[in-house]
Amino acid sequence: MRSRIDDWSKWVLWIAIYSCLNSYSLNAICADFTFTAIPDQDTAGLQERFGKIADYLAKELKVPVKYIPVKSYSASVQAFKNNEVQLAWFGGLSGVQARLAVMHSKAIAQGKEDPNFITYFIANTNTGLSFTECFPFNIVDKTFTFGAKGSTSGRLMPEYFIQKALGKPPREVFKRVGFSGDHSKTLALVQSGSYQVGVINYKVWQKAVSAGQVDPKRLQVIWRTPSYPDYNWTIRGDVDRTYGQGFSQAVQQALIQLKAPEILNSFPRSSFISADNEMYQPILETAIELGIIRQ
Amino acid sequence: MLRTSLIFVVIALLSLPFADLEITTSHPWTELGQIALGAIQPDLSALWQLKTALLNTVVFAFCGTSIGVVLGAGLAFGFSWAPIRLFCVFIRSIHEIFWAFLFLNIVGLNPICGVLSIAIPYAGIFAKVYAEIVQESDKQPLVGIPTGTGVISRFIYGVLPVIYADAKHYTTYRFECALRSSAILGFIGLPTLGYHLETAFREGTYQTAWALLYAFYLLIASLKYWLKPRLTPFYVVGAFTLLSREVTVSWANVLRFFTVDILPWPMRRVGVWSGTNHIDFSLVPVLEWIKDILITEGVEGVWNTLILTQIVLAGTGFFALLVFPFTCRHFSRWPMRPISQYVLVVLRTTPEYLLAYVFVQLWGPSMIPAVWAILLHNGAILAFLTSNNADRLQAQIDRPLRYIDRYFYEVLPRIYGQFLAFLFYRWEVIIRESAILGVLGIYTLGFYIDSAIVDHQLDKATLLILLTGTLNMSIDAVSQRVRRRLQISTKLFVLD
Repeated sequence: MRSRIDDWSKWVLWIAIYSCLNSYSLNAICADFTFTAIPDQDTAGLQERFGKIADYLAKELKVPVKYIPVKSYSASVQAFKNNEVQLAWFGGLSGVQARLAVMHSKAIAQGKEDPNFITYFIANTNTGLSFTECFPFNIVDKTFTFGAKGSTSGRLMPEYFIQKALGKPPREVFKRVGFSGDHSKTLALVQSGSYQVGVINYKVWQKAVSAGQVDPKRLQVIWRTPSYPDYNWTIRGDVDRTYGQGFSQAVQQALIQLKAPEILNSFPRSSFISADNEMYQPILETAIELGIIRQ
Repeated sequence: MLRTSLIFVVIALLSLPFADLEITTSHPWTELGQIALGAIQPDLSALWQLKTALLNTVVFAFCGTSIGVVLGAGLAFGFSWAPIRLFCVFIRSIHEIFWAFLFLNIVGLNPICGVLSIAIPYAGIFAKVYAEIVQESDKQPLVGIPTGTGVISRFIYGVLPVIYADAKHYTTYRFECALRSSAILGFIGLPTLGYHLETAFREGTYQTAWALLYAFYLLIASLKYWLKPRLTPFYVVGAFTLLSREVTVSWANVLRFFTVDILPWPMRRVGVWSGTNHIDFSLVPVLEWIKDILITEGVEGVWNTLILTQIVLAGTGFFALLVFPFTCRHFSRWPMRPISQYVLVVLRTTPEYLLAYVFVQLWGPSMIPAVWAILLHNGAILAFLTSNNADRLQAQIDRPLRYIDRYFYEVLPRIYGQFLAFLFYRWEVIIRESAILGVLGIYTLGFYIDSAIVDHQLDKATLLILLTGTLNMSIDAVSQRVRRRLQISTKLFVLD
């Protein structure tokens, strides 16, 4: 009996030692250029959507490029902060949060539409609400859903406009306030009547309309917000040190020169243009005003 | 006992008007039809692509449980010392998901986050249960050991053989729980089953969702065939080997978390905005900051968490009392009995977080989904245990013939004490879950913790997590006092 136990423990010990050595050598290699993106819509199709741009960047930059999917807006910022990713496709707010957390990081590119981004307020037709040019004061006391808690077009800016027009935070304005999680979900929830009113990124809305996912008998745009700067590609300041001088500029060039329509459509953007940190100052100020970023 | 039960029922009834119990979706039942359709036609082909997620779920559970067992066994030795006992209560009062929220910031999206999130609360639970098992074990063998024998030898020859069976039984059960924990950690982004389950339910691809769920049920149902004590060392070593391939820890991030991220904001404010990272050690602003958070978010969070907990606690009790006769041999026969048993097994195998997630999709974010999710899961466990206890009763020759009489005059009075003891054991579990379900949009403590995490205010999140822990610890203490006063115990076996 004793010898059998000895045998067992000997095996276990050997395997343990082997695995330690094995893992040690594996940890030594590292440092693919890695990026992520906020999961703002169609969360099942993320890998497909961003896998293409990973291939494109790898070809242009001549380094291995990896995309890692994340589950939430905050996880994308965390990954950026922890240097698990060096580049990210952020929303306006998440970009500001990320650049505050990582010194010397910079916004290098944005969609052509992003300097003048818009949020649509949408309503189920059974509310009787219809399109207005000025703020729709009759949304008071309806049920209302934002997108994700950390979204710019789905939370920050609409909350700001609601607060500005009605002088009260959303929870005091509406009968019920929810956070759907992403724009596609907001559309589904308002269309099904689960919420009467919602706010949605206008690019996602247009994409859904052209894909035939919107039933005009059940769902309507009731207001367009004034424009604000939104999505951006943000890169860590230390990439030039890791991947060679001029690397961040090369990434910027690659993004701006991206012409492949099937990649651009998946964002959906017509093209990428250059960006800088200054452009997002209004977002920072709004976030501070709403207490999302602390002063 | 009756009076105590009635007090709790009254508390639950009084809580009802304060709870938000509205169904906010307009077509909740059509979606349910879709889900049912998915159950009949699961997309099993999806499983092959998701095999790494399945493997990760098992690997995290093995690594988490084994670290928990080692730490917990160590802590159990010192359990008579109050500070250790308090420490154990504290680490297990914080839910795996909250631990994961914190670890995501410390170690990033990497497997060690999942493993630690399971290992730490489980260590606290193992310590408590192992210590209880030792305490209640037969002390006779110790008498036969010569005086002057070392502590370790005394333990190995005098205690271990006596407690081995109970400890093994409990550890196996905990491993099953760890599989559940591991799966739901995917909901917040770790690469386990929950990651894909969340996507599938969010996007309404129920065929994939059901394929994943079936795989998960199969995994748990097959445990008894492959989880053998003798094979465990291999599994554990294998799991750690697989795990270690991906683990990278950046000490700079760990250091930043403890020296910057969780420091209260007033200490950091000037440093952050001036770019000097200066840290200010003055007490008054920090106290103001704590007071402010507790008043604005803490009070509402605690209130809603308690309301939900008390409703669910009473509901769980009623559910169990109503359902256990269907699986009990004194009341139920074939085919009713095996069918009900299967239903209960499925309900207790499904993680409550997953149930709640599905119900929120169906009914919108009010307390209704949370109530039903926690109630069904815990009620199923309680019904199962209660029916087991009732099965052990010897039916007497003069037992009442009518089922209703037999229930109220024969069976219930004899098992009610144990039933209450189990229910109060679940109390602490229920409040942990009530808090966590806030992540899904119900305004319990979890909602505010999730919001703080989203806003990258880790100091605030940590403070609220500590508040949640304190609340759970108080409930644990109250539950213990109630059990002691009523002199009830679970006796037959302890199931946390």
